[in-house]
Amino acid sequence: MTKADTRSETSALRATWTAGRMHARRYRLLSRALRKRRQIRPVTDRTAQIRPADILCFSTVRNEATRLPFFLDYHRAQGVRHFLMVDNDSTDETRDYLAGQPDVSLWHTAYSYRLSRFGMDWLTWLQFRHGHGHWCLTLDADELLVYPHHDSRSLQDLTGWLDSRRTRAFGAIMLDLYPKGRLGAQNYRPGQNPLEVLRWFDEGNIFYKYQPNLQNLLVRGGVRRRVFFHSAPERSPTLSKTPLVRWHRRYVYVSSTHSVLPRWLNHVRGDIAGDPTSGVILHTKFLPEIVGKSRIEKRRREHFANSILYNSYYDGLMDDPVLWGPQSCEYEDWQQLERLGLLSRGGWM
Amino acid sequence: MSVGFIILAHSALHRVGQVATHLARSQAPVVLHIDQNVPKTDYTALRSETGGHETIRFAPRHRCEWGMWSIIEATKDATGIMLEAFPDIQHVYLMSGSCIPLRPVADLRAYLDRYPETDFIESVTTLDVPWARGGLEEERFTLHFPFPWRRKRKLFDRYVALQRRLGLNRHIPEGLVPHLGSQWWCLSRKTLEAIFSDPDLPRYDRYFRRVWIPDESYFQTLVRCHGRSIESHSLTLSKFDHEGRPHIFYNDHTDLLRRSGCFFARKIWPEADTLYDTFLNAPPAAPQAEPETDAIDRLFSAALDKRLHGRAGLYMSGRWPTKERKDTTAASYSVFQGFNDLFPDFGTWLSRTIGGSVHGHIFAPDRAHFAGGVAVYKGGLPDSAALRDYNPEAFLCNLIWNNRGERQCFLFSPADRQQITRFLAADQNAQINVISGAWALPLFRSNRTLAEIRTEAVHLQKAEAAFLDQLHRRSSASRVHIWTLAEFLHNPLEALQTIIDDIAPHRPVQLASSPETVPMQGFARFLQMLKNDGMKPYLTGDFPVREHTTLPTRRKAKPTLVK
Repeated sequence: MTKADTRSETSALRATWTAGRMHARRYRLLSRALRKRRQIRPVTDRTAQIRPADILCFSTVRNEATRLPFFLDYHRAQGVRHFLMVDNDSTDETRDYLAGQPDVSLWHTAYSYRLSRFGMDWLTWLQFRHGHGHWCLTLDADELLVYPHHDSRSLQDLTGWLDSRRTRAFGAIMLDLYPKGRLGAQNYRPGQNPLEVLRWFDEGNIFYKYQPNLQNLLVRGGVRRRVFFHSAPERSPTLSKTPLVRWHRRYVYVSSTHSVLPRWLNHVRGDIAGDPTSGVILHTKFLPEIVGKSRIEKRRREHFANSILYNSYYDGLMDDPVLWGPQSCEYEDWQQLERLGLLSRGGWM
Repeated sequence: MSVGFIILAHSALHRVGQVATHLARSQAPVVLHIDQNVPKTDYTALRSETGGHETIRFAPRHRCEWGMWSIIEATKDATGIMLEAFPDIQHVYLMSGSCIPLRPVADLRAYLDRYPETDFIESVTTLDVPWARGGLEEERFTLHFPFPWRRKRKLFDRYVALQRRLGLNRHIPEGLVPHLGSQWWCLSRKTLEAIFSDPDLPRYDRYFRRVWIPDESYFQTLVRCHGRSIESHSLTLSKFDHEGRPHIFYNDHTDLLRRSGCFFARKIWPEADTLYDTFLNAPPAAPQAEPETDAIDRLFSAALDKRLHGRAGLYMSGRWPTKERKDTTAASYSVFQGFNDLFPDFGTWLSRTIGGSVHGHIFAPDRAHFAGGVAVYKGGLPDSAALRDYNPEAFLCNLIWNNRGERQCFLFSPADRQQITRFLAADQNAQINVISGAWALPLFRSNRTLAEIRTEAVHLQKAEAAFLDQLHRRSSASRVHIWTLAEFLHNPLEALQTIIDDIAPHRPVQLASSPETVPMQGFARFLQMLKNDGMKPYLTGDFPVREHTTLPTRRKAKPTLVK
């Protein structure tokens, strides 16, 4: 046996081993979600309204009363037919507001967000129960999905096209938006389009790395990396997401929506050198309330597995910084994002 | 003189009904074939919706399977009904349930009246088609295909493999020359009747039953036996992607389709309300007589290119070339090593000469020295060394991508972080200029002790040698100019001219003078001192120790041009 043979055999062995590990991981995560299903209690269950071809949106929220009106309106207009939301013990009007929406089914839990894999265990159960066969959009309340032609075509058009291409997943990256001036000095009223306040982003500060185990791209960068993670690049937040998947009850998200199992769902990148259709998630985290919220979140330690390491990040936000700079790019439309190389129509003309 | 329409439909029947009634209202006969797989309720709904129209007929239903003979059977039955029930039609137009008329039927009638005997059908020999689906071009006609490709792929593939191994080769019936083309045609009554009355037809049918995707070859082949005047293109506008699947038209394509001047287009997204409303209710007035598809062709070939090749040098969530394609940047850029050691003002001089900004040492250990000394460069690229060194290749790719359209030049030195050298050497967009050994000049002018200088010199020479070694490798794709310091000093102006010409070949700049060099009195002595201390600074080239005050005599510099 030659050296090359030995090497290829070892790598084949390793690939089989990894595949087996990922398979086991998938079922471990699924059974974990099943075990935790009783942590969430229905507040209003309108899932009987869901019809077979409906596009569903899943989300875990906490104290998002200011963002939710626009979040729901925006995605409703794009074509989401039903929202399945878990309220993680909000102390503001979030619960009443959501319970009053005709197309929202709401669950409540007071269990730990961090210990439920940042809400993913709860959502996995809901996806298992209600998402099978549907196109499912999984987002946070501070995320707005932008896809090519979103101003003239609906999500149904997109998913119909993905179906015709036998594609079951749609990839996107998060784009952190920020205001010009201090974060806390802006005005935002509930229901307003956050893009009127947060108009700026870093367009060319995004780094990609391939992760062979999950076969996905690990994307980092944007304004948070530039400002808060100078000394610890490996801890800067991940921007890659696969938010839209034609769900099967055996699928499971691994960490947030950054990666999903089975692994072939992560193949949302080009096969050789071309780019398939992809989108952008506009991240409206930096609305003025972030300054006060950071103080609370720093104390709650619910958002990172190792929260102590992120203290300086919270401290930075509590200082009410200016993220804007003369190099910042102002948001226009999806065509601009395509020119900048942040999303692509791929073959979807 | 008239035209009749055959519609083959299997889904979105409400749209089919709309199109059929639209055509019927324009006094055109329509024969509908509705796939047997369509639920009965939908079928009866369509029948009652179109019931009021005399000229809408329904053909016997077949269960159609993609790529199989059943579609031809359906087409033949429907055509038979059309020819028999409407004796005054001269042309039969075959369309699908997802087609939409872009121009009034009267336009088409007028057009066809001008070519009463012509058959509009794309029909080309197998040698001339670039379509690739599973590499089955000629084998469509020479193997048996009893299994449906979509439903029973494994069986399909295995049976093909088996036939190939056994060397089976079907006999193509005498008199037939296989032709391929779009399924959607418009044939004249004469041709169709000639095809259907051909005494050999049963023999041909038996053959085509086992041909793969006969809807793209049956009429396309037979028309060559009977047609007298063939226009080998389809009157239906349709576009295909790299996998042979049709592109879909949406509301936002309305203008594009209107301008095309084609008679029909497919395939139309059933939810595209505006498109259906526009073309079915208010047909556009008086467009040009001949179809004009340039704009659409351009748009879709751009889409194809983007889907297959993407934009070089761009890395994004969708575009991540796998290993077989070499990583590269988006545009040409220049790297200068050693120049600012020799010319203290090199950055300013270069910036003035080429009319663009020049970065400092963007790979310096302390931070990235961007042009203008800014802390955050275009695109939000920060100057932090830690962020840069976490992924230097991505840092460089980002810098080049963010500034595409403006040539990037930056300084490099063996004292900088060296992880990037491998990428630089392999990148075809890099133009790398090196004055080797120039790192000795700052050492020569420093006030440090000989021991310190020596340690530093050893380190720098080693780093530079490693870089040069990478540039000389066979795998190196960058454009490289290398001089030793001594060579360069023989004729600095000519060397600089070489570089400038290389940067902007189409915009010649004639250099009048080279920038000012650092004072070099005693440099040769300094090198000799290092040698005496046991270190050989060989990358500087030869500096004879005899002369201390003047530069070496002017002699033609010989740049080593690699590639």
